[in-house]
Amino acid sequence: MTEALIEARALAKHYPVPKRKLLEKRSVLRAVDGVSFRIKEGEIFGLVGESGCGKSTTGQMLVQLVKQNGGELVYRGRNINGLSVKEMKELRRDIQIVFQDPYSSLNPKKTIGWTLEEPLVVHGIGDKPARRRLVAETLEQVGLDPDFASRYPHELSGGQRQRVGIAAALILAPKFIVIDEAVSALDVSVQSQILNLLKELQQKRGLTYLFISHDLNVVEYISDRVGVMYLGKMAEIFPVGETGSELLHPYTRALFASVPDVSARKERTTLQGEVPSPIHPPSGCAFHPRCPLATDRCRTTAPELRSVGPGHEVSCHNYEEANVTT
Amino acid sequence: MASALLEIRDMEVAFRIGKKTYPALQQISFKVGEKETVGIVGESGCGKSLTSLSVMGLLPETAEMTKGGMLLEGKPLGPASGEEWSGIRGKRVSMIFQNPMSALNPLMPVGKQIAEMARTHLAISKREAKRLALEMMARVGLSRAERLYDDYPHQLSGGMMQRIMIATALICDPKLLIADEPTTALDVTIQAQILDLLREMNRSLGTAILLISHDLGVIREVCDRVIVMYAGYIVEEAPVADILERPRHPYTTGLLQALPGIGKRGRPLYTIPGRVPSLADRGTGCPFAGRCPSATEQCGAVTPELTETSPGHRVRCHLYASGGRPA
Repeated sequence: MTEALIEARALAKHYPVPKRKLLEKRSVLRAVDGVSFRIKEGEIFGLVGESGCGKSTTGQMLVQLVKQNGGELVYRGRNINGLSVKEMKELRRDIQIVFQDPYSSLNPKKTIGWTLEEPLVVHGIGDKPARRRLVAETLEQVGLDPDFASRYPHELSGGQRQRVGIAAALILAPKFIVIDEAVSALDVSVQSQILNLLKELQQKRGLTYLFISHDLNVVEYISDRVGVMYLGKMAEIFPVGETGSELLHPYTRALFASVPDVSARKERTTLQGEVPSPIHPPSGCAFHPRCPLATDRCRTTAPELRSVGPGHEVSCHNYEEANVTT
Repeated sequence: MASALLEIRDMEVAFRIGKKTYPALQQISFKVGEKETVGIVGESGCGKSLTSLSVMGLLPETAEMTKGGMLLEGKPLGPASGEEWSGIRGKRVSMIFQNPMSALNPLMPVGKQIAEMARTHLAISKREAKRLALEMMARVGLSRAERLYDDYPHQLSGGMMQRIMIATALICDPKLLIADEPTTALDVTIQAQILDLLREMNRSLGTAILLISHDLGVIREVCDRVIVMYAGYIVEEAPVADILERPRHPYTTGLLQALPGIGKRGRPLYTIPGRVPSLADRGTGCPFAGRCPSATEQCGAVTPELTETSPGHRVRCHLYASGGRPA
């Protein structure tokens, strides 16, 4: 396996929950509870899961917008916890993020040109004419006319704003971009344009993406490998096959079976119940109360994420024996 | 087709902004039969929600129905027939929305909200209303209904709140349920549960459903027939399986090709060039002409009629104007 560009080792983020009564025991919300994965250079790693599973928190830890309180983050073989302030600033050039709603992430009082130029100023790149040139070039690369630089966010459509969001992430020539639900708010016809753009930029610039989305069709279309999170833990990481992926974890299977399909009305067994609270997660495997295959062991012992094939890892007791024999 | 429960005839709705009027819906005609499930699909601003709001008499103040009309069970719908909207909404036609949190009263226990609907429309006692509400809650899959009855909306999850909305909408046994993006705010596994529930309610109670969604997959799960809207017009209408296998209108075709999926990996997705014309620049001709790969001069000048090309399949496109195949 080639060296990972970025690696999460048992990454965790626990938030304290405010006490409601004086003598109440302080409880914690385990938003992300020990997640490990490696993303290779040039790879698109999809991250899926339902609301509250911790996928966005994971993405924000990777760009260090949220500081982890457990585990390690390794970028190009170096643990980033040990980096100095100066090295950290360098690292922030390499790692960028695109958000779901570019309207709330763009300053409404500043022009698009100002927004795109600011990171260059912060990092002391080029003089004014050089910066302006770079802004114009970047706008063109995301399919916008350079005169968009003088416009304000409210003058733009949703798709155009998302292109600006992508331009803002690209301007510092990063290596790795976290794309957090960037196409979720867009209509299908605009969504396809943005997906094509992201793919094209990735190939042209040799970028690496962590692609977070709740839309499984989008993730399967664009990703090389997909991580499935459930209640703060990684349930499965699988490589996307050309015609279909081999899904092992009962949750992954149920999740993908729930997706409405335009090509056929599926007869499926709907997953019963809802995701439990991350403040009081179930004992053992977090999925056991909803799992059709749960055994006594699942109720008491949490399974580990184990490799079951090339690029394929599962966290489920049902696949442990299979692993021993191979 | 079964006798029409709801019939919309050549409806036109326009927004008044300043002294100008901008047509937002034009030549809208369709029927929903008894016990039928019909979907309306389209992108933002195509007029799908405006259509459903018209049926409920909930048009915003700046909008006005300038032409055409609606019939419910063969009689004109709304004030035109001297009937109050309040006697129709909730009793004969009900609606559920995308965000149940903002549709429910946050200060009233959820069970009471369901019971109140029954008390408003049916001449029954408080106790009877509560009994009906509990029964309905169990029907929509809320176990422990007794306990949930006194809970407030904020204590419930999104999926449970949508079930409460469905119970409220169906308690007076309306003929038609309008569901406007009912699962858009929900996770896929919960979405699957709610879609199953809608299908089950249609089967067991015989409520006709008009489902509005931007997601063709969702419509396929629930509906028999689908209406595709674009820029205020119905551009295509057909049985669901038919439209997905043999889309006729260039817009529908483009929309299906633009959907991402595992089968399209490794190549760029199809994109529809340009964008939806805004309310102010909708001129004459076919609304899709500016973005259509097969547009001709005629398309820019004359708005095509919605014509039937095969039984139950209607298309608004000059390519099919002669009723046959594209030239």
